Amino acid sequence: MEDIIASVLQRTMIAGTPLLLATVGEVICERSGILNLGIEGVMSVGAVVAFIVTIVTGQPWLGVAAALCAGMLISVIHAFASVTLQANQVVSGLALTMLGLGLSGMLGKPYIGKPLDIKMEALSIPFLSDIPFAGQILFRQSPFFYLAIFLALAAWFLLERTLLGIKIKSTGENPSATETHGVNVYAIRYMSVIIGGGFSALAGAHLSISYSRSWIEGMTAGRGWIAIALTIFALWNPGRAIWASFLFGGIFVLQYLLQPLGISPNLLSMFPYAATLVILVLISLKDPRKLNAPAKLAEPYKRGER
Amino acid sequence: MKQIETLEMVEISKSFQGVYANRNLSLNVGSGEILGLLGENGAGKTTLMNILYGLYQPDSGSILINGEKAEIQSPIDSISKGIGMVHQHFMLIQNHSVIENIALGYKDTPFFFPKLSIRQKVREFAEKFRLDIDLSKRVWELSAGEQQRVEIINALLNGADVLILDEPTSVLTPQEIRELFMILNDMKKHGHMIIFISHKLDEVMEICDRVTVLRKGEIIGSADTRKTDKKALARMMVGKDVIFNIKKEKLNRGNPVLNVDHIRVLDDKGKVAVKDISFAVHEYEIFGVAGVAGNGQRELAEAITGIRQAASGKISIKGADITNLSPRKIYDSGVSHIPEERIKFGIAPGLFLYDNAILKQHHLKKYSRRSFLHYKRIKQHSMELVDNFNVFTSSINTEIRNLSGGNIQKLILGREISEDPPLLVASHPTYGLDVGATQYLRERLLDRRRLGGSVLLFSEDLDEIFEVCDRVAVIFEGEFTGIIEPGDEHTGDIGMMMAGSLRI
Amino acid sequence: MYRIKTTDRAAITRTRTLVTNLFTLAAGIVMIGIILMFCGANPFYAISEIFTGSFGSMYGIGETITKAIPLILIGAGLTLAFRAKFWNIGAEGQLLMGAVLGTWVGLNFGDTLPGYILVPLMFGAGFAGGAICGVIPAILKIKYSINEVISTLMLNYICAEFITFLIVGPWKGSSRFGFPGTDSLPEAAVLGVIPGTRIHWATLVFAVVFAVFLTVVISKTRFGYEARVVGENPDAGKYAGINFTGTMISIMIISGGAAGLAGVGEVAGIHHHLGHPGAVSSGYGFTAIIVAWLAKLNPVLTIVSGIFLAGILVGSDAIQISLGLPAATVQVVNGTLLIFLIMGDFFLKHKIRITKWKTS
Repeated sequence: MEDIIASVLQRTMIAGTPLLLATVGEVICERSGILNLGIEGVMSVGAVVAFIVTIVTGQPWLGVAAALCAGMLISVIHAFASVTLQANQVVSGLALTMLGLGLSGMLGKPYIGKPLDIKMEALSIPFLSDIPFAGQILFRQSPFFYLAIFLALAAWFLLERTLLGIKIKSTGENPSATETHGVNVYAIRYMSVIIGGGFSALAGAHLSISYSRSWIEGMTAGRGWIAIALTIFALWNPGRAIWASFLFGGIFVLQYLLQPLGISPNLLSMFPYAATLVILVLISLKDPRKLNAPAKLAEPYKRGER
Repeated sequence: MKQIETLEMVEISKSFQGVYANRNLSLNVGSGEILGLLGENGAGKTTLMNILYGLYQPDSGSILINGEKAEIQSPIDSISKGIGMVHQHFMLIQNHSVIENIALGYKDTPFFFPKLSIRQKVREFAEKFRLDIDLSKRVWELSAGEQQRVEIINALLNGADVLILDEPTSVLTPQEIRELFMILNDMKKHGHMIIFISHKLDEVMEICDRVTVLRKGEIIGSADTRKTDKKALARMMVGKDVIFNIKKEKLNRGNPVLNVDHIRVLDDKGKVAVKDISFAVHEYEIFGVAGVAGNGQRELAEAITGIRQAASGKISIKGADITNLSPRKIYDSGVSHIPEERIKFGIAPGLFLYDNAILKQHHLKKYSRRSFLHYKRIKQHSMELVDNFNVFTSSINTEIRNLSGGNIQKLILGREISEDPPLLVASHPTYGLDVGATQYLRERLLDRRRLGGSVLLFSEDLDEIFEVCDRVAVIFEGEFTGIIEPGDEHTGDIGMMMAGSLRI
Repeated sequence: MYRIKTTDRAAITRTRTLVTNLFTLAAGIVMIGIILMFCGANPFYAISEIFTGSFGSMYGIGETITKAIPLILIGAGLTLAFRAKFWNIGAEGQLLMGAVLGTWVGLNFGDTLPGYILVPLMFGAGFAGGAICGVIPAILKIKYSINEVISTLMLNYICAEFITFLIVGPWKGSSRFGFPGTDSLPEAAVLGVIPGTRIHWATLVFAVVFAVFLTVVISKTRFGYEARVVGENPDAGKYAGINFTGTMISIMIISGGAAGLAGVGEVAGIHHHLGHPGAVSSGYGFTAIIVAWLAKLNPVLTIVSGIFLAGILVGSDAIQISLGLPAATVQVVNGTLLIFLIMGDFFLKHKIRITKWKTS
C-alpha cells in the first residue's frame, strides 16, 4: 500500500512540474500588470522545439535551451502588442495561443509519433533519496522537478527580496506612479512577459522530452489555461504556486487512478478542468482584499503626457 | 552636500494639442525660501512643476540651477540634481508597505534585500524632520497626512534641496495642515527651498515668503507676502474682484423632501463609514455637507441614491420610504445624482454624447417606446442640453471621452436637473472646474432652489458651501459635528468642527 | 536621430477604418506568405491558391459559404458579448452543447415528428444547449467574480470530453461499425441544402437574419443600450439603475445560444450525425473571435468578415492538400491575422509621426 501511495505521489510531482513552471512564469508576468493568455501556445512551442532539437542533436539540455529561447522570442509578440501598442491583452494573448499552437503543429508534423531514445536520467540526490517514502517522492525525480522548485523559490526571492521585484510589483499596481520614480515601466513589462514566456516554454520542454517523451499536436491539453487559473489560486505568490501546482498534479494523476473503478476515461478527463472551476469558486469566497491581485492587471498603460 | 543654491525657470512654454498650458513663464527661488505658486485650477501650476520635475518636456525655455543650464529629461535627472516633488494625488503604491514605497523611490536602494538595508537610514531621516510613520504598514492603511509624510521622506532621502508640493493641504485636516507647516518651517531652517502650489489664499499668505500668481498659463505677478494682502492676490488670481457671496434671495423653507433617519452605512472595507446620521432637506433649500474628503460623504451620498446599501436606518422622499431600493426606483421617486467621481460613475466614456445624455433616463416613456429607444427625441434633448448648459463640443455625435472634464460635468448637471427632480444630490460638482464653469454650475444650483427644488450639496470647498447653502452640516468620521447656518456664531469654528475637535 | 511620436486620433472615420483594416489584412497575408516560405512553399503561389481555392470556383464559393454559416452566427453573437466586455472564449463549447441537444432531439423524435416541427425543435434545443453553456460562466463571473476567459475555456474542454464520452459510450451508434459516433439522423431531421453545394440554407438564412437583427438590437433598443453602457462602464451602469446581472445573463443567452444554433446547423446540415468534437467543429468558436474583431464588433459586418475568414479556412485547406502543409497551417493563418488586426487598431486610434529628434 505504501508503495502505491509513494508511486502516486511521485507521479503527482511529475504531473505538477509543468504546471508549476508555467504558473510561476505567469505570476511574474501578471505581477507586472500584463495578463498573458498565450502561455498555452508558448508551452506548445517550447515542447516542439525542445523535442526537435533533442532528437536532432541528441542533447536534451540543448533542447531545453532552445525551447527557452523560442518561448522568450515568441512572447515578444505579446509584449509588443500589449505594452507598446496598448492592445487588448485578452485578444493579443489568444492570438499568441493560436499562433503558438499552429506553429508548433507545423514544425512538429514530421516528428509526430517518433519516440525519443535519449532519456533524461532521474537525478537522485545523495543520501536524501535513501530516506524511506519521502526519498522516492522528492529526491529521485526528473531534473525538471528540481529546476521548477528552484525557479519558484528564485521567483519568490526576486519578487520579495530584491529591488527589481519591488519594481515589477509596483508596475502592476500603479504604473504611472512607478514611472515617476524613474522606473521604465515598458522595459519592466517587456522583461516580465519574456521571462514568463521562458518559464512556459520550459514547462513545454518538460512535457515533450521528460514527461511523455514524444510529440503530438495538442499535447499541452489545456495546461497553459490551468496555469492561468493556478496563478489566481496561488494569490500571485510563487511560494504558494508550489503547493497549488502539485495539488493539481495530484488531480491529473487521480484521473488515472480512478479509471480501474469503471468510470469512463472521458468523464475522468473532464476532472482537471472541472476542478479548476471549483477551485476558483472556493478562492472567490476569500476576502477580496486579501486576494492580492495586481491592481492594474490587464490594463494597458499609456506613458506620458495627459 | 547641497547641490542647489538658486533655481530659475526661464521663458518656459508648453502646449497640449495646440492649447497653451504655460506661456513664457519665468520664476526663481533662492536658498531657504518658500515660494507660493498661486492660481485657479487649470492655471498651469502643475504643468510648470511637472516640467521642472522632468515629467513633461517644455516646448521652449530652460531651467537654470546655480545659474547654469540644466538638462532635465526625466524624473531621474531632476532627482539626481536635488529636486523632489510631492504630487497632489500621491504617487504611492497603495498595496505596498511604506518601506517598499520608499525603497522604490530612493535612488540608492541596493538590489538585494532592499527593505532591510534602508530601514535604518529612513528612521534617521524621519526623526530629524519629526516625520513620525510606521514603516511596515500598508499605504492604504494610512491617513492622507501620513501618506504625504511618506512622500516627503522619499524626497528628502533622495537629497532634495528643492521640494515641490502640489496642493499639499487639499486632503488634510486643519490639524494635519498645522503639522505640515511645522515640518516645512523646519526644512526651511535647514536651508531647503520649497515651491508651494495652492489656490488657497490664507495658506499662501501664512507659509510663503514670496508668491507668484498664474492665470491661464501666464504669470500675472509676483509679490512679497509681507507686502501684499489677500484682496490684491485674489484680484490677480481671478482677474477681477472675487465675489465672496452670490446675492441669494431669501426664501422660506418649504416642506421636507428628504428625510434621513438614524442611518448607518458601511464602506468598501466593511467598516462603519456613516454612524447614525439624521437630517432633513426641504423645498427651497440647499443643504450643504462640509468636511474633509473621506469622512463618510461618499457613502452617505451613495446610500441615499441607492448605489450602496444602508446597514440600518431609514431614508424617505416626501414621506415615501426609499431605503435600499434600486437606483432606478430611487431615481423614479425623484432623486437625481451628480456623482463624486464623474468619469467613474457618471458616464460611459466610449459611447456618444447623446447616449450619455440619457443615462438613467433611457427607461423613461419619452425616450423609449416598448423596447426601442426614441433616438430622434434623444438627440433633440441632447442638443438642448448642450445649448442650455454651455457644453463645448464639436457635435453630439462624438464619443464623450473627447470632452474635457468641465464639459462632461456640465452635461451631467444638465442631465440630472433637466427632469426637475425634487432632490438633487451633488457631490463636489465644481471640483476641478475653471472659474467660469464653477460660477455657472453654482448659479444653476441656486436656480433649482429658486424653483422649489432641494439640493444636498457635498463639498470640500468652504467658499462654495457658504456661497450657496442655506444650512451646512459638518461631517467628521461619519458623524455630523454640527449643523450651522451662515452667519451663525459658530461659523468661524467650522475648521475645528471639520477636525472633530468641536461639536455643537 | 529620429523618434516616433504618437498622438491620439480624436475622430475615426469609416473610410479610415476600412482602409486601415484592408492594409492590416494585406500586411498579415504578406506575413503569412513569409511563414509559408519558411515551410518550403512558394509564398506567391500559396497565397494565390488560398484565394482561388476559396473564391475562384463555384465549388470553392459553395464551401466558403458553408463554412461562413457558423462563423457568422457565432461571430455576431460574440460581438454582443465583447461589447459588454464579456470575453466569451467558449463559443466552441457552446457550439458543441448545441450540437448535443440538437442531436438528442433529432435522434429521439425524428421518427415521430414531421420535419417542419422537428427542425425548429432541434434548433430550439440547440439554442438552449449553447445558452446554458454560455450562462454558466456569466453566473460564475457575477456571483464569484471568476474570470470568464478561464471558465469559458474550461467549459470548452469539458464539453469536448462530454461529447467524446457520449459517442463512445451511451450514444454510440449501432451502424458505425465500432467507430465512435451516433447513428445518422433520420431524414426529417436533415436540413435541405442548395443543390450542388453543402450550403444548408435554413441555417444560412438564420445567420444573416440574426446578424441584422442583432445590429438593430444593439443600436436601437433599450437592451442594446444597457448592454453597451454595462460594457463601457459597469459602475455607470449601476449608477444608471441598469440590472447588471440580468443584462449580462441575457447577453450570454444570446451569444451562447447563437453558437448552439451553429452547432445544430453543423450536425443537421453537414455531418448528419454527432461525431468526434474535432469533426463537429473545426475550431469555429475560435475563428469567430477573429470574425467579430474584424467586424469591429458590429454584428452586421460579421456577414462580410465571416465570409472572408471562411474563405481563408477553405483556402488553407486547399493549400494543405496541394502543397502538403500540415493541418495546423490554419491556426497559424488565424493567429497571424488576429495579431495584425490588433496592431492595425493601434494605427487606427493613433496618429504616428516620425520626427527628427530635437538636438538642443
